[in-house]
Amino acid sequence: MLGFLWLREITMSEKFDVQPNIEQSISNDPMIQLNGVHKWFGDFQVLKNINLTVNKGERIVICGPSGSGKSTLIRCINHLEEHQQGQIFVEGTELTGDLKHVEQIRREVGMVFQQFNLFPHLTILDNLTLAPIWVRKLPKKEAEELAMRLLERVKIPEQAKKYPGQLSGGQQQRVAIARSLCMNPKIMLFDEPTSALDPEMIKEVLDAMIELAHEGMTMLCVTHEMGFAKTVANRVIFMDEGQIIEEKEPTEFFNNPENDRTKLFLSQILAH
Amino acid sequence: MSQNGKAIGLLQWIKSNLFSSYLNTFLTVISIWIVYISVPPVIQWALLDANWIGSSRDDCTKEGACWVYIGFWFKQIMYGRYPETEVWRVNVSYALLVGALIPLFITGFKHKSLLTLFLLFVYPIISYFLFIGDSFGLPLVETSLWGGLFLTLVISLVGIVASLPIGIMLALGRRSNMPIISALSIGFIEIWRGVPLITVLFMSSVMFPLFLPEGMNFDKLIRALVGVMLFSAAYIAEVVRGGLQAVPKGQIEAAEALGMSYWNTMGLIVMPQALKMVIPGIVNSFIALFKDTTLVLTIGLFDLLGTIQIIGTNADWLGFHIEGYVFTAFIFWTFCFGMSRYSMNLEKKLHTGH
Repeated sequence: MLGFLWLREITMSEKFDVQPNIEQSISNDPMIQLNGVHKWFGDFQVLKNINLTVNKGERIVICGPSGSGKSTLIRCINHLEEHQQGQIFVEGTELTGDLKHVEQIRREVGMVFQQFNLFPHLTILDNLTLAPIWVRKLPKKEAEELAMRLLERVKIPEQAKKYPGQLSGGQQQRVAIARSLCMNPKIMLFDEPTSALDPEMIKEVLDAMIELAHEGMTMLCVTHEMGFAKTVANRVIFMDEGQIIEEKEPTEFFNNPENDRTKLFLSQILAH
Repeated sequence: MSQNGKAIGLLQWIKSNLFSSYLNTFLTVISIWIVYISVPPVIQWALLDANWIGSSRDDCTKEGACWVYIGFWFKQIMYGRYPETEVWRVNVSYALLVGALIPLFITGFKHKSLLTLFLLFVYPIISYFLFIGDSFGLPLVETSLWGGLFLTLVISLVGIVASLPIGIMLALGRRSNMPIISALSIGFIEIWRGVPLITVLFMSSVMFPLFLPEGMNFDKLIRALVGVMLFSAAYIAEVVRGGLQAVPKGQIEAAEALGMSYWNTMGLIVMPQALKMVIPGIVNSFIALFKDTTLVLTIGLFDLLGTIQIIGTNADWLGFHIEGYVFTAFIFWTFCFGMSRYSMNLEKKLHTGH
């Protein structure tokens, strides 16, 4: 498995050579701001004093050992998890328990899950149009046109009439990305989007994510795809035991990690 | 040649499935013997030797069943004491119901949702005025005159249609994060589930009026209807809760992440999946409810079974209980079997391969 990761890393690096930089202007306009965020699950503290600012157009990869709180961190940003201390601002609006604010923020923040979480009782097209129709109140026809455009963007328009159960994992995850994009989000959160996929399907999902990055989407990805981090990210964050341990540009992060834990993690994930 | 092959296949099937061991051979022989001694006499009695035509018990000369008896009392069995001149009102309502239901079973019919709305909201109002009368120039028919299969259908259909939404709300309430709502739902469900239906009916007809201020009185049928409805709702609530628990948490998270509200999430994502999973349980409850309506006899409402029992005591027709009960059983079985088949059909139709 790890050997396989290494192999793919080479291919991703080649891609990196072809497209050395994603030409994107990252403005100094903070989309997400976390100030001293703490979170507990019962007695267990999952997040310890998290401070993070994400500017418009930034692509951030969060990695770290399992249980380090990286998923919890991005789940706090759209309030799937509630933080207990500190402040989280998304586009200037503070996330509190207030449902109005939460729903407003969720409309701006798309999320892609490890397990896809497509709605199995609806066709692919209905999966995509549901939220635009019920939340954005788009007319059905408009929503369907939008959905078809997005399905074409993730290269599976021909699957529109099928049900999620009839699609492969990679196709399902691409549908999930398209479904999030249907809400026209300003920020996309990815929670280990490729971890549940068979190896041969990882690339098609990563390609869709890379394309999204090229279009200037603000992205936060929890992933172990280091090739993706090198190609796409402009910052890599390493988390362990609920804390941000290291935060650097990808080249720096991979070549000169400072912290011992980062070094250990990188050696484990890359060395084979 | 192929027929020969088939015959060998059949023989082999019989040999390997029915006569594979001494024990199996023994059980097969015993089973055939039981079928032999029980089925032919029933057919003989119910069909071959039965009396079909006539107008009094004297016409029942053959040894078998006297279906003349059922024919003679048919109006009572179907409508109870509903006045004969007004029975057309019930039939019009039946016709409306069947007429509105048939298009729902035709795939590709375009206005299904409109028709469903009609059935759920307009049809009951029309039927209510048709049955009761006392307006639109129709004479009043008091509910004490309602009876027979008509009453059975009124109670069970009202119970079924009303208990599903109430049950769904109770199930959602029980899983709510709001402590008051969840406590109220749990209390309601546990109280109604902990009491036998017959007690509910007795309380609704005997005790409930005692608590009402003097001069205020609800119709006995309405009290029974409310009792049956709430009783069934408590059961449906638990069935639905089972379905809710089986929907993965990720579904709710995905809906929430798209900015959908609680009601949209429940109504569009969670409920359709949960209800689909518990169709067998819901239909099971409905079948039980349909049969339990016979208990209204204990509070003096004469449904199908009650009517059969009354006509069984008629001095001119003593001794035909068996025909009455067999006929009742047949009607109940037809309806219950229908519901069961419909649910199987629905499950197949809603299956989307996950």
